[in-house]
Amino acid sequence: MTHPNAKVEAPLTSRRGFLRATATAAGGLLVSLYLDRHAAAQEGVKPSQLPPPKKKEYPPDAFVRVRPDGKVVIQVNRLEFGQGVHTALPLILADELDADWSQVVSELAPAADVYRDPLFGIQMVGGSGSIAHSFQQYRELGAKTRAMLVAAAAARWNVSPDKCRTESSVVHGPAGQSLKYGELAAEAARQPVPATVRLKEPSEFKLIGKGVRRLDGRAKCDGSLKFGLDLDLPGMLVAVVARPPVWGAKVRRFDDREARAVEGVREVFEIPVTRGGTGVAVVADKFWPAKRARDLLKIEWDETGVERADSARLFEQYRQLARTAGLSAAARGDAKAIERVGTADLVVAEYEFPYLPHAPMEPLNTTVRFDGDAAEVWAGSQFQTFDHAAVAEVLGLKPERVTFHTEMAGGGFGRRAVPDSHVQREAAAIAKRFKGAPVKLVWSREDDIRGGYYRPMHVHRAEIGVGPDGLPAAWRHVVVGQSILAGTPFAMMMKDGVDNSAVEGVNDTHYHVPNFGVTVHHPKVNVPVLWWRSVGHTHSAFVMETLIEELATRAKMDPIAYRRKLIRPEPEAKKLLAALDLMDAKSAAWRHSLPQGHAVGFACHESFGTGVACAAEVSIVNKRPKIHRVTVAVDCGLAVNPLTVESQFQAGVAFGLSQLMAGGAITLKDGRVEQRNFDRYVPPYMPDAPVAVDVHIVPSAEPPTGCGEPPVPVISPAVVNALSKLTGKRYRTLPLVTV
Amino acid sequence: MAKYQLNVNGVTREVSVDPSTPLLWVLREDLKMTGTKFGCGISACGACTVHVAGVATRSCVLPVELLGERPVVTVEAMANDPVGRAVQDAWVEHDVVQCGYCQSGQIMSAVALLKQTPKPTDANIDESLGGNVCRCATYVRIREAVKLAAQKLK
Repeated sequence: MTHPNAKVEAPLTSRRGFLRATATAAGGLLVSLYLDRHAAAQEGVKPSQLPPPKKKEYPPDAFVRVRPDGKVVIQVNRLEFGQGVHTALPLILADELDADWSQVVSELAPAADVYRDPLFGIQMVGGSGSIAHSFQQYRELGAKTRAMLVAAAAARWNVSPDKCRTESSVVHGPAGQSLKYGELAAEAARQPVPATVRLKEPSEFKLIGKGVRRLDGRAKCDGSLKFGLDLDLPGMLVAVVARPPVWGAKVRRFDDREARAVEGVREVFEIPVTRGGTGVAVVADKFWPAKRARDLLKIEWDETGVERADSARLFEQYRQLARTAGLSAAARGDAKAIERVGTADLVVAEYEFPYLPHAPMEPLNTTVRFDGDAAEVWAGSQFQTFDHAAVAEVLGLKPERVTFHTEMAGGGFGRRAVPDSHVQREAAAIAKRFKGAPVKLVWSREDDIRGGYYRPMHVHRAEIGVGPDGLPAAWRHVVVGQSILAGTPFAMMMKDGVDNSAVEGVNDTHYHVPNFGVTVHHPKVNVPVLWWRSVGHTHSAFVMETLIEELATRAKMDPIAYRRKLIRPEPEAKKLLAALDLMDAKSAAWRHSLPQGHAVGFACHESFGTGVACAAEVSIVNKRPKIHRVTVAVDCGLAVNPLTVESQFQAGVAFGLSQLMAGGAITLKDGRVEQRNFDRYVPPYMPDAPVAVDVHIVPSAEPPTGCGEPPVPVISPAVVNALSKLTGKRYRTLPLVTV
Repeated sequence: MAKYQLNVNGVTREVSVDPSTPLLWVLREDLKMTGTKFGCGISACGACTVHVAGVATRSCVLPVELLGERPVVTVEAMANDPVGRAVQDAWVEHDVVQCGYCQSGQIMSAVALLKQTPKPTDANIDESLGGNVCRCATYVRIREAVKLAAQKLK
């Protein structure tokens, strides 16, 4: 066990640079991360290759500011888009700082090297890593800032710092003296930043683990919070783009006479769009004229040589592929064992999953102002490092000439983490024509639903040989689906051609099967694909958890007991088992007294280091599942903000129902996306969501793990397992069109 | 372009826009009131919900020329409305929001419900808020917050 309180130098500061304290012009304390020649040299870069040290401008490297008025301003090194880091990261820092929480101000940091994720090495949100990766970093920042404030007070009182204590933004001395942090800020800036610092014991936490309401709660209820789309700058223009009906198609010719006649339209011109295609940009002084003008464009598209994907044909191809072995993603025991299983003991199951759009509530957008030798960008980005570089590249500028502001984003679920930065590239290409004027590129909902970058469609085929004890003895599993990583900078994570994000949740299952083999095919298809909240686990957990419950039913065993028996008794499965036990205990009362016509279904799954188990109470109303109640148990290590953990799970399970919705799919016919908006792609609405979700957190002092994605995988198999009990049918094709 | 006089949150505002411009875009781009959100443009998600003459209305499909004399109330006025304030307080108390983008619309639908039906049932809540998408799917807490607001307004 790694104790979170080890008195160590965090990897961040020991390897990449050091913290630096400076005074602000207003007399405050500014603690920054400084990446210097020495640290770079340690990483193997020759000094001659390094750029000359440039004057640091405020605030590109700041993490925490203690202002003379007592306000503590904390920079959040990644995007807030619902997951709660805008509250949780400051909370971690403020706890170690012993700051008065009511005086804490949270800000989203701009794009800068110092804000890169300490583990991923780029500035990003993904993989449910925000708290897991930055917990130690923000604790250390808080503890070191506190140490400097204490040192300043001790110096003023001429006492040993050991004799001082801190509470709620006040340093207390041994003789009853006290000074507020704001009063000490200027002096603290002259104190050296301590190399090492003692972090709190869990018993000393005042905020961590206690449950704190979101700092952005009120502003998101009174309309005052500005999202990227709400940005209003002097002289701002609005752009929309007519994109080709098939990815990669180009404009052959277009007639813009009617479009240009719309009052408020400034310019209409061709721009490059994703996958080698071209489109027509319309720039106007406001959105409505831009949209009206776009509707009036007459465009002839050149689709020569462009593959027209078709869902029905793809499924046919995928089903054929699934009957052949692909690239090996896991192999244990005897690969031939499955071939010796008699038909009476053989379970064969084929699953189909469609493309899925993320459809975040705030449509995609980015604002760029090009000033000739510099530029400014405003974007709700999950991938600042890539998006920043992409804008610089399109504008022909060095990245340091491009200021990139991180805007609050209305959801994302992976859609704002695009390795090719296609939205920002479009915005930059358009803004380049309007020197000095900020241009806001807006994607309409239609652009979003038909724009690609979907969760890939998949086929799974599992052949399972059941042993005399009712447990699986042999298991052969083939997954077919496009690689998300191939062709991106993340392709280096692929091993022997296998994109693990297609098979995760299957090849690393905690269920013990002595003879186990997983292979994968990655067909190339002309449809851009992307990680969709919980990535491979969206489909892998559905397959595994419906199969396990099916096997338990076949063996006439209790589905929870069956899982316990099958989960390998190894340390890695500890969190999954803890979640399963807690869910079992917390749902026991209600699930043993279900009303007529109701059934319970279960699922448990580990993803992103977090173990989750869930029980769903379901009935059938109008041929649709009605979800009355869900009990979820989670082991995410130390729950930094239990209120947010609960919220993520209560809502995340309802988000996970997206793939069960009757209209929960993107389908292609002859290259065209058949859905346009929320009229035909239908996300869960309130009546589709569980009426009540009770969340139970396994008490833990282990390092925290993710909570953004782990809620999603468990719900759809749990609901479908309950439906199977009610109807006796198996559901292996999503979306669930009818029960 | 045509000139329109709008009564928004009790104040008369004049705008000069194309008659087809939806109320949503007049609010957001001409009056710079961005609390009302653009989500779908086809009245399928409810992010743009405002009150038009007291009725919860999707402003993304209401051309400004069809508004007439009817007064418009937006989320920006809710802090000064007793029901609006109670709903906002309940939202904050239950820590409802995640990304928050849909919540202006959710709150406008909830306020319209509570003004009509002070003690809503689950079915009433489903009916009145059933057209408001929350992609984060914070529905459990939205439901709890509506009930809390109703209780506090008693």
